Amino acid sequence: MNKKMKITKGAVIKEPGSTVKYKTGSWRTFRPVIDYEKCIRCGLCWSQCPDMAIEKKGNKFVINYDYCKGCGICAENCPVKAIKMVREEK
Amino acid sequence: MGLPREEYIASGHRACAGCGEILTIRHVLKASGKNTIVVNATGCAEVVTTPYPQTAWKIPWVHSAFENIAAVASGIDKGLECRGIRDKINLLAIGGDGASFDIGFGSLSGAIERGHKFTYIATDNEAYMNTGIQRSGATPLFANTTTSPAGKKIHGKIEPKKPLPLIVAAHGVSYVATISIADLPDLYAKVKKALKAEVVSFLHAFCPCVPGWKYPSSKTIEIAKKATATGVFPLYEIENGILKFTRKPAKLEPVNNYLKMQGRFKHLSQSEIRQIQNYVKERYNFLLSVENSKCFDTLFK
Repeated sequence: MNKKMKITKGAVIKEPGSTVKYKTGSWRTFRPVIDYEKCIRCGLCWSQCPDMAIEKKGNKFVINYDYCKGCGICAENCPVKAIKMVREEK
Repeated sequence: MGLPREEYIASGHRACAGCGEILTIRHVLKASGKNTIVVNATGCAEVVTTPYPQTAWKIPWVHSAFENIAAVASGIDKGLECRGIRDKINLLAIGGDGASFDIGFGSLSGAIERGHKFTYIATDNEAYMNTGIQRSGATPLFANTTTSPAGKKIHGKIEPKKPLPLIVAAHGVSYVATISIADLPDLYAKVKKALKAEVVSFLHAFCPCVPGWKYPSSKTIEIAKKATATGVFPLYEIENGILKFTRKPAKLEPVNNYLKMQGRFKHLSQSEIRQIQNYVKERYNFLLSVENSKCFDTLFK
């Protein structure tokens, strides 16, 4: 924690949704990769993501790797098996 | 899928990968909408969403201690009433199973008795997961936790789970329901109904926990599905004193299908699995026997 940080009165946090500054993507050991040829755009992965890391862009569902923790719920439950979990490599 | 696209909880929260509790809260907030105030008891949800000076919440959120969540919500309820804006705002009290089944139960009971208006959501992950998996009143029979360890003397927790939804229903509240992330249409319908109630409404949410239940993080939804399919966590609602199943599996699966997915039950012997099976069956049959009858009707004010 920053030493100069000022504690607000009553520990009020004035910036809603500020955890977006913290990227949880580094927690991941496996990354989900969507095969758009197979994807039927049902949105099940989006609805089941605990990290809100799948976004709808146009008519495509896109994974935000800044926040995806690699839990694998999306790959497990994809009805057409369009998501693969691939090991992260440096 | 027809679900609201707006998110009220932000990415970057510190919940474990595959957290069932955050997923539940995410959908409850989507169903409740932007005019919502949340009172949140100490517990996993509070710790992972608000690492000071950051917060994952995009709506007004108040932190309270374990024991006074319902009391704080009561105060906000009256405060909003005095300002004449009570009808425009959905007030949610979110507590874990420690806050709801054990420590905060007194204040919940008191708030119900005083006739306040808010929706209480017990996010039940069946132990004190935030402090390191200690058993709670919600921990099921024979589950291995750090304070009910499976060893030679005992095989996990020796007491069964407290039937909190039925206890709350016995207070005579107008809406009590169980919700699960495995069934989102059901969850949305129940949250909407709960928000319309004129007194305290109660939702019991089933939240699988990856480190506490010891299963691979990708199985969160599957475990929740199995819990309903085996009758461990039946989905029902008690509206105006009348109990109705909202999802009824044609035939219950053997409870072992649910138990064998989780590391906290891996020490079980065949006879213990049979004990759990009998226990689950008895509870389920009890619920079936009171379905559509006016069992809670006399208690309903």
